[in-house]
Amino acid sequence: MKLHEYQSKQIFSKYSVPIPKGRVAATASEARQIAEELGGRVVIKSQVLVGGRGKAGGIKLAKDPNEAEQLATQILAMEIKGLPVRKVLVDEAAAIEQEIYLGITNDRAARKPVMMASAAGGVDIEEVAVTTPEKIIKAHIDPLLGLRDYQSRDIAASIDLSRDYWRDFGKIAKGLWEAYKASDATLAEINPLVITKDKRLVALDGKMLIDDNALFRHPDLVEMRDTDEEAPSETEARKYGLSFIKLDGNIGCMVNGAGLAMTSMDVIKLFGGEPANFLDIGGGASADKVAAAMRIILEDSNVKAVLYNIFGGITRCDEVAKGILAAMEEVKPKVPMVVRLVGTNALEGRALLANANMITAETLADAAQKAVAVAKGA
Amino acid sequence: MGILVNKNTRLLVQGITGNEGLFHTTHMVAYGTNVVAGVTPGKGGEWVLEGKVPVFDSVKLAAEATGANASVIFVPARFAADAMFEAADAGIPLIVCITEGVPVQDMMRVRNYLDQKGVRLVGPNCPGLLTPGEAKVGIIPGNIAIPGNVGVVSRSGTLTYEVLYAMKLLNMGASTCVGIGGDPVNGTNFLDVLEMFEHDPKTEKVIMIGEIGGTDEEKAAEYISAKMTKLVASFIAGQTAPPGKRMGHAGAIIEGGAGTAADKIKALEAAGVRVAKHPEEIPTLLK
Repeated sequence: MKLHEYQSKQIFSKYSVPIPKGRVAATASEARQIAEELGGRVVIKSQVLVGGRGKAGGIKLAKDPNEAEQLATQILAMEIKGLPVRKVLVDEAAAIEQEIYLGITNDRAARKPVMMASAAGGVDIEEVAVTTPEKIIKAHIDPLLGLRDYQSRDIAASIDLSRDYWRDFGKIAKGLWEAYKASDATLAEINPLVITKDKRLVALDGKMLIDDNALFRHPDLVEMRDTDEEAPSETEARKYGLSFIKLDGNIGCMVNGAGLAMTSMDVIKLFGGEPANFLDIGGGASADKVAAAMRIILEDSNVKAVLYNIFGGITRCDEVAKGILAAMEEVKPKVPMVVRLVGTNALEGRALLANANMITAETLADAAQKAVAVAKGA
Repeated sequence: MGILVNKNTRLLVQGITGNEGLFHTTHMVAYGTNVVAGVTPGKGGEWVLEGKVPVFDSVKLAAEATGANASVIFVPARFAADAMFEAADAGIPLIVCITEGVPVQDMMRVRNYLDQKGVRLVGPNCPGLLTPGEAKVGIIPGNIAIPGNVGVVSRSGTLTYEVLYAMKLLNMGASTCVGIGGDPVNGTNFLDVLEMFEHDPKTEKVIMIGEIGGTDEEKAAEYISAKMTKLVASFIAGQTAPPGKRMGHAGAIIEGGAGTAADKIKALEAAGVRVAKHPEEIPTLLK
């Protein structure tokens, strides 16, 4: 789950990371009011869950409340990479002397979190990572011990930070680590962390990604989820415990198991089709779950055929077939359905479905070819 | 014999009285696995499966009473890390965690702790282990595989079942099937299992089923190229997966352009691995 900049910075600030004064606004008049309260120059920052907001014109400097209102009006009318801007953050503007990058993410190969820092902070850290990776300093954090103070000092020294700032930098690094750990983040990033002209370190921007698997112990973070910014079908699927990702093709897929679901998409493509979605219905295949999945797939008007690929292991194929038939009865789909059942009691399952006018297949390759053909014919 | 589990395995089940735990224990016992004990805190002294398997309050008590040498975990995700720590502290040398949805920071702590203790972990978010004809530890359907000389290792569940079943239809059997799980941070990885298969006299050929995310397949390719004498066939799922999206498995994600199926296939082919275009083709590549 992604958090907005203002949400991430609020969390950082709870862990003693200094952030600029400011608040979030949903209207231009609110933005004006915040600018009046702050006094002086402010930055108006679009709050959308994509990178590259600055380049897209979604971050602007305003010299007074009038201009703040005017720019907020503009930015709130924007779409950035297809996402409508619904909120802006109004922050006091900082006089910047230097921009630093500081972040923590999971290094899956090392099986440890890794803190990364660079003196080349600012907008293009991804580019720094590609072109001059040596400018990014990395330190792995022992997940059992946490970030050690000496590691922060080493990092500060490695990015040529003046000794005057080591103590403050250490506090920020520790705070970022504590925020990362306490929030079950998979990424916590300050970019840029700035040194101001009056010699303070401030986190001007913030980004956090939270581990979806850990949300059960973070009800406060779940409340922060912005469902405006995902496909409505994905929100709907989550309610039923279905793993669903919308794609651009025209062959809907319903599969048990994530690996097999990905594979089914691949095989559709191999035979010249395009998958409309990824969908893992999980173990078993009860009628209500299949019906929910069927409704979600068919909401997409691009879908011209649906491919079911179900492996019956402990759940027998005839039981799965009964679940599919009950769901068909309820949803009454109008597009052709190609079903491939394999594993325990596959023959019985296939017979049940063939009687119900579904196209059945024995192998995945055969099923994919049939689905591609009927999708083209429709 | 196969690897990791066989007829000498003395298995204990953590979370044995839960729905999943009890259901799959029934299947494991029916398969012939020697399930010696179960653990559910607060239910010590009870028996399950009509008095066949005793339940204990802790792994330590269960291990002392029964000499268990492997544990399979079915507890909910929020308790899974503690269950793994408990099994490791009780001296169980092999832990198989089936549970899906364990937070990744929990897994980093577990993995680093278990490594220090020298405990082998398989999973989490995995279907477990099957040595056909000898022992089934986890949830792989026993009826879909027959004994044989092909070692199977996979990050996926049902995709693995597909392959085992396709093998069975060709009368091709498995030495051991190892589901290593779909999480970004897990215990045993491809490299570990390939080494075990390379040294297992019963295994003559290997099937490796990978997917997008991480670089474990690339590391496996390096090992295959440098050390492996046995024939390896492979399949990599997720060639059509869009970048930045988690494809069901927590670990199946292309991040920053890394972890694509194309990179993995290229590395494997360069190492001499036969890579299948679709899963049903895999067993035929071993002929």
